[in-house]
Amino acid sequence: MSHLAQTQTQETFVLNLGPQHPATHGVLRVKLVMDGEYIVHAEPVLGYIHRMHEKMGENRTWAQFMPNTGRLDYLSALSYNFGYAAAVERAAGITVPERAEYIRVITTELNRISSHLLWFGAFVLDLGGFTPLLYAFDDREQILDLLESVTGSRLTYCYFRFGGVYNDIDDNFVPGSLAFIKRLRARMPMYHDLVTKNIILMKRLIGIGPISAEMCRRYGATGPVLRGSGVQFDVRKNEPYSVYPEFNFDIPVYHECDSMARYMVRMDEIEQSMRIIEQACNKLPEGPIMAEKAPKIIKPAPGDYYFSVEAARGSFGVRIVSDGTNTPYRLKLRSPTFSNLSLFAEASQGMLLADALALMGSLDLVIPEIDR
Amino acid sequence: MNLEKIKQAMMALAPQAPVVEAPAEVAPVEGAEVPVAQKGRPAVLDTDYAKKGFTLDIELPPENVVAAAEILFKEGLSIEAVTGVDWIKDGQLEVVYDFIDWQWHGRVVVRSRVPRDNPQIPTISEVFAGANWHERETHDFFGIKFIGHPDLSPLLLPEDANFHPLLKDFKA
Repeated sequence: MSHLAQTQTQETFVLNLGPQHPATHGVLRVKLVMDGEYIVHAEPVLGYIHRMHEKMGENRTWAQFMPNTGRLDYLSALSYNFGYAAAVERAAGITVPERAEYIRVITTELNRISSHLLWFGAFVLDLGGFTPLLYAFDDREQILDLLESVTGSRLTYCYFRFGGVYNDIDDNFVPGSLAFIKRLRARMPMYHDLVTKNIILMKRLIGIGPISAEMCRRYGATGPVLRGSGVQFDVRKNEPYSVYPEFNFDIPVYHECDSMARYMVRMDEIEQSMRIIEQACNKLPEGPIMAEKAPKIIKPAPGDYYFSVEAARGSFGVRIVSDGTNTPYRLKLRSPTFSNLSLFAEASQGMLLADALALMGSLDLVIPEIDR
Repeated sequence: MNLEKIKQAMMALAPQAPVVEAPAEVAPVEGAEVPVAQKGRPAVLDTDYAKKGFTLDIELPPENVVAAAEILFKEGLSIEAVTGVDWIKDGQLEVVYDFIDWQWHGRVVVRSRVPRDNPQIPTISEVFAGANWHERETHDFFGIKFIGHPDLSPLLLPEDANFHPLLKDFKA
């Protein structure tokens, strides 16, 4: 608590942040014990949007749970489709045709870009800059249009099926994706000029909100939070799944451990996702989009199975326990921001409230995914 | 992490059982009458990553999970999740811990069974701070008491919740 103001009386007060606070982006409440402007103790209070998805999973068939996965992290819902579909495919031993895997990767990476763009806008908004949000939404809108044409929805996707995807891409999708990448590539330098190099943003982020690699390990933090702490871990590289090994892409890592590092990781990831989409669009094979032998009624062999994917916020894990019937016996959803937020209490100790909000923004919280 | 070292250390926590290769996959069986709980399995089990999604499956008595967590912490693993499974037919609750190694990209599962009528297990939140919330969530959903946990008040459920929705005999 090095920054803590040394007052004679040690008087503190309790400050409620949320549950309806713009900086918490949803219904998260943080109970703060404050010493003046400094945080003595922060306690996140969860559960305001808890829906018990895991119990719902036990009450419906394997396939019927798929729409639920689109409603956990509504900003990168396809990654959650991916994690659940792949977990059940692993359990039931279903092989997905190559074209379907490519389409899955392209759509998931598009979704990751849209998620990072929204985070970028909202994060800068947290810090007091309103304009970038409008630009980011403009770009994100293009992605939503592209995904809408293929998946049929703009936000809460339910596009993947066990053994493939629900719908083949249309003729406009590949040219549209490549045109979008060209457009976004031209706009990224503008974002960096206007936002990244902005002196106010730099002063708000550089050296603020340190999260060490050791702290990430104790709390199980993953994703851009971990990579901003200098650990090169990305499920797509370290625990490769689907057709990711076929693409050339880098894992951006920053060693500064501050809010700026986490900001830079996400900005660089946009470029890496664009590289993956480009390669996938250019190599997209012909063929079926559903496995021919995929059974209509799924009955995985009894046992437990785990599958992990890299969602926009970190590694999303699905642990399923099957008893050999057509409904899951147990379905555990391991959401990345749940672990990422759990370190907030320790990381924010002794920080200025305004800096702690920057730290919270840099964690990229999506509350429905934390509360499930 | 050193997989052999972990295996040896885990065997010491459950000394009676030898390491064996994973048994052949059980074929899907119709109907719900399948005995899903594996009985009499060895404590340390090598699993086929491609089929299961984890590399090492360890079953320990409840009193040894803290020692196991300490071993895994020293070996450089990180915690992914803590959760439960209700084996109502066996009268037992299972606590499942997932650990991952970021360098070697392997996943280690530690599981332990506690009696359903008095579910108690020591907390590992002293070792892995992230387990704090996961254990609170598991207490919410299954009513498993983590002995030594600093605060087991409901995390995701309402603050006055006195029910445990993921128990198989829970009726809304």
